[in-house]
Amino acid sequence: MPDLTIVARDGTEHVVEADDGLSVMEAIRDAGVDELMAICGGCCSCATCHVYVDDAFADRLPSMSEDEDELLDSASRRRPQSRLSCQIPFDDSLDGLRITIAPEE
Amino acid sequence: MTAHYDILIVGAGHAGAQAAIALRQAKFEGTIAIVGDEPEIPYERPPLSKDYLAGDKPFERILIRPGAFWPERAVEMLTGRRVVAVDPAAHTATTVDGATIGYGRLIWATGGSPRSLICSGHNLVGVHAVRNRADVDRLIGELATTSRVVVIGGGYIGLEAAAVLTKLGKHVTVLEAMDRVLARVAGEPLSRFYEAEHRAHGVEVRLGVTVDCIEEADGRATGVHLADGEILRCEMVIVGIGIIPAVEPLLAAGAVGGNGVRVDSQCRTSLPDIFAIGDCALHANAFAGGAEIRLESVQNANDMANALAKTLTGNPTDYHAVPWFWSNQYDLRLQTVGLSTGHDAAVLRGDPATRSFSLIYLKQGRVIALDCVNMVRDYVQGRSLVVEGKSPDPAKLADTNVALKEL
Repeated sequence: MPDLTIVARDGTEHVVEADDGLSVMEAIRDAGVDELMAICGGCCSCATCHVYVDDAFADRLPSMSEDEDELLDSASRRRPQSRLSCQIPFDDSLDGLRITIAPEE
Repeated sequence: MTAHYDILIVGAGHAGAQAAIALRQAKFEGTIAIVGDEPEIPYERPPLSKDYLAGDKPFERILIRPGAFWPERAVEMLTGRRVVAVDPAAHTATTVDGATIGYGRLIWATGGSPRSLICSGHNLVGVHAVRNRADVDRLIGELATTSRVVVIGGGYIGLEAAAVLTKLGKHVTVLEAMDRVLARVAGEPLSRFYEAEHRAHGVEVRLGVTVDCIEEADGRATGVHLADGEILRCEMVIVGIGIIPAVEPLLAAGAVGGNGVRVDSQCRTSLPDIFAIGDCALHANAFAGGAEIRLESVQNANDMANALAKTLTGNPTDYHAVPWFWSNQYDLRLQTVGLSTGHDAAVLRGDPATRSFSLIYLKQGRVIALDCVNMVRDYVQGRSLVVEGKSPDPAKLADTNVALKEL
């Protein structure tokens, strides 16, 4: 199973193995990192699963949909590395992915 | 010895689960238990009428947190137990099996139970609600032998279920007592749009009809008998006509309420050390002009839980969150911000024929809500119009060349 490194808001790092086929949001939730609200459950209807993705993986991520882009505009601390974690399917091609949970809105 | 928890949460839905999560995030160190009447640990309810019903997501993927999370956070899960009585003086709750649980503070987060039909046949096999996992599992279990479905109620639950079931190849008829679907929650242009979409997908939509009773044979539903005498043959009936807040034990204990249990701005009921959050909490909402309302949404459940967790950990916090909501039907993604109830004007922004547009609701010139269909940009940018109660020129609101954030 591919590895995912989650940097929580207090800076602590969690390295977890995540099931293939889940989204990064689900992998974070299943790892017990409870800061991510992910209120809409992953249907790209809110922006409460906002994360920053490590630059090294930028070109390996699926491209951003217009909806995701618009929703991220509602985040007060959007950065070039911003993504909605529910929109990133996690699999072996992203082994070693490192993400940081964005600050609370 | 009687069990005792510093905080006892009654209800294992979105509100109850988030209250426990937020209390631990706020470093609450006392004991916490969640007592729920369903056998499951907390799960997301919106997928019940969407992805879960469609079979696109297994149950494990709609859990709010994995099973191991709750013991890790020292949150005791008392599932499968309904609380039937509360004694505010003794600080105890009694479950249906007669057990008594003591509490320091009680968070009532029970949501509601589906309103059922009162006509004959309402409890036949084949008549379903869509409120919890058991409801939907029962419904799914009958799909193989179902070709015709009648959905009673043209609200979000009924329409979402209709969308899934028609895509599964069922012949679906939606019955609505009012003269348009979504009549209580949206403006007419949105209602007409969804009516047309459902018809285009093969759903029969009947407006202004009244149900007389459910027909039966051998204890099973076989059709819906309308007041005008017509009988719609079917093997399955889905009833989506709202919920009744589950607050009877609190009202019996003397809490002020009626349509829900009344809470103040910090989710306190009129009873000592008893709080209420989520669908069952009757509260004065600033986005409803201060009117006392209940909101049945995940947003309300989560945000009330978060505010209350702060209050209970020494940081008194008023609940004052902007309402938002979503509904996915077919490839249509509706997002709502604000509350449209009581609007006196509605501005259409964009052309519904393009299947991407917004309906902006005004009251005395102020923007109070937006319904955005496949139009995330308006949803995101329109939020501040609602939050700040702005009064833009309606002609500009209607002009899709003008971004809402410019107004």
